[in-house]
Amino acid sequence: MPEQRSAAGGPWLRLKHLSFSHGPRVILKDLSLDLFPGRHYVIAGPNGAGKSTLLDLLARLRRPLRGQIELKDKPLEAYTSLELASAVSLAPQSSKFDFAFTVREVIRLGRRPYLGRWGRLKPDDEIIVDQVISTLHLGRLAEKPVTNLSGGEAQRVVLARTLAQATPVILLDEPTNSLDVAQALDLMGTLSDLAAQGALVITVTHDLNQAATFADEIIFLKDGSLVAAGPKETTLTADLLSLVFEAQAQVRSDEFTGGLALSFRRSRMPSSETH
Amino acid sequence: MTVAPPRRLSPYMMGLVLSVVLVVVAIISLASGYMSFTASEIIDVLWSKLTGSEADVAYNRAMVLLEVRLPRLATAIFAGAALGLSGAVFQGLLLNPLADPYTLGVSSGAAFGASLVLVGTMVLPWASFLATPMAPAIGAFLFSALTLRLVIALASDSDRHLSPASLILSGVILSAILSAGISFIKYLAGDQVSSIIFWLLGSFQARTWVDALLVLVFLLPSLALSLTSATDLNIMTLGFKSAETLGVNTAKVRLRLLAAASLAASASVAVAGIIGFVGLIVPHLVRLLTGPDHRSLLPLSTLGGAVLLCAADTVVRAFLPGEIPVGVLTALLAGPAFMVIFRRKMRDLIHA
Repeated sequence: MPEQRSAAGGPWLRLKHLSFSHGPRVILKDLSLDLFPGRHYVIAGPNGAGKSTLLDLLARLRRPLRGQIELKDKPLEAYTSLELASAVSLAPQSSKFDFAFTVREVIRLGRRPYLGRWGRLKPDDEIIVDQVISTLHLGRLAEKPVTNLSGGEAQRVVLARTLAQATPVILLDEPTNSLDVAQALDLMGTLSDLAAQGALVITVTHDLNQAATFADEIIFLKDGSLVAAGPKETTLTADLLSLVFEAQAQVRSDEFTGGLALSFRRSRMPSSETH
Repeated sequence: MTVAPPRRLSPYMMGLVLSVVLVVVAIISLASGYMSFTASEIIDVLWSKLTGSEADVAYNRAMVLLEVRLPRLATAIFAGAALGLSGAVFQGLLLNPLADPYTLGVSSGAAFGASLVLVGTMVLPWASFLATPMAPAIGAFLFSALTLRLVIALASDSDRHLSPASLILSGVILSAILSAGISFIKYLAGDQVSSIIFWLLGSFQARTWVDALLVLVFLLPSLALSLTSATDLNIMTLGFKSAETLGVNTAKVRLRLLAAASLAASASVAVAGIIGFVGLIVPHLVRLLTGPDHRSLLPLSTLGGAVLLCAADTVVRAFLPGEIPVGVLTALLAGPAFMVIFRRKMRDLIHA
């Protein structure tokens, strides 16, 4: 589905001195970063660090106050909305449905950037929709109305809709939020597979152990600034984690998963809670 | 691959059924009343009118059909269509099951604008240039658009998010203010107040071809704007972020659809006064039967609104003693349905 790694091997996304404010509140400060295809990036950081805002800027849902984003050497501003929709997809956090479309109908809406005004799907589009349905194990639910789904099911439908868009860049805002353990592992595995096939996948998550298992690269944000970015082997260190999350951190290699295991504890207990 | 769940009707079938029902109800409507006609007489008169030949029906009887019943029927059909369409667009766009021109205060805004123009032409000598059939409709459109703007501004929170409950409350607040405004206009109208009162209650009595054409002139562009945005509207029900990242310019589509819905609602109010709940009930029934896809929901709600209002007007004109305003009948019938929807959706609304 996603395009192969670009011949030049250069970054697909270049963030140049990116800043963003919401009224008087500064949300992102002078962020510069290059993101490459074939990698799965996880954006992590405490609440209010600006993670979701960064995703919004990458999806052009908000415009940066200063600085610029380039997608494949072209400013994001220069893309038409359809060009952008066939290059970048976003799975938003909220997955509330108001109308009783079926699961399949919602996923078919993901093909919108490639269709005409009346939204008719061609056989190729239907094949992609079927693939996504089977990848996310939604076959049993395909003809059910989305208004009757559980939280986890609805979230998988949002993801399926996003994957049906079949874009080279895929952005996900806390995609495993209401999934159970097995579903979350499956989903993160799917995302890493997409990256391995050449996509540029960017996930915002609070689950650092998930990040340790499935990410290639970690981007740490705190108070709107970039603290560190790089391969997880160099960024998932006790010192960096303690700095970003303001808690004592321990990182050890985990035989069970074959990856890293992270644990945290607060150094000082707040006095009100000691009694 | 297009496996529809078994409990949904095919939109084409639904369209066919509604069209047939509309024709049947229209014929019954033309046939019944103070003067009754047979179906063959009706067809004879219509046919001879279309072909310019001589009908076998007495001249004055033919005139009753062509100049009294038919224009009234056409006005009711077009106004019903406009209300059905308007309600379906509002509900889809505002993600609100309770939205329709009436609950949003748009009808009150339109009524205020139209009565302002009407009374203006009565009491102000210099405003007599406004005494054309088009002027109240334009006044209705301007004020309905303004009302809608105010309701949305009032209901939006800091993130410009519209919760269903706050939207309806804002509609109620604006409606209350506008009702007071309308009362003031009535007071200014003095002796001529009765014509305004009757019009405001919602009625198709003594409507002419001019009225029918007027609604049509507003309805057609509204229909064109809505239908060409139907696919985008489907995507916008997924929420702002999803729609924008799928390439939909939500601000533009939203403006188009709000304009379309106001246009349709104000046309209906300008010729027929405030007729509540048609725009609320019809899209619900259609969605229940054929599903939420706006590509079929919008045209079918248009057709459904036409059927409902055509039938309701026939009942008040030909089958009920005296002639109660049709707006009273639709409110009496659809009000309880509104209560059912409200009960079913209330939990979602409070927590939205």
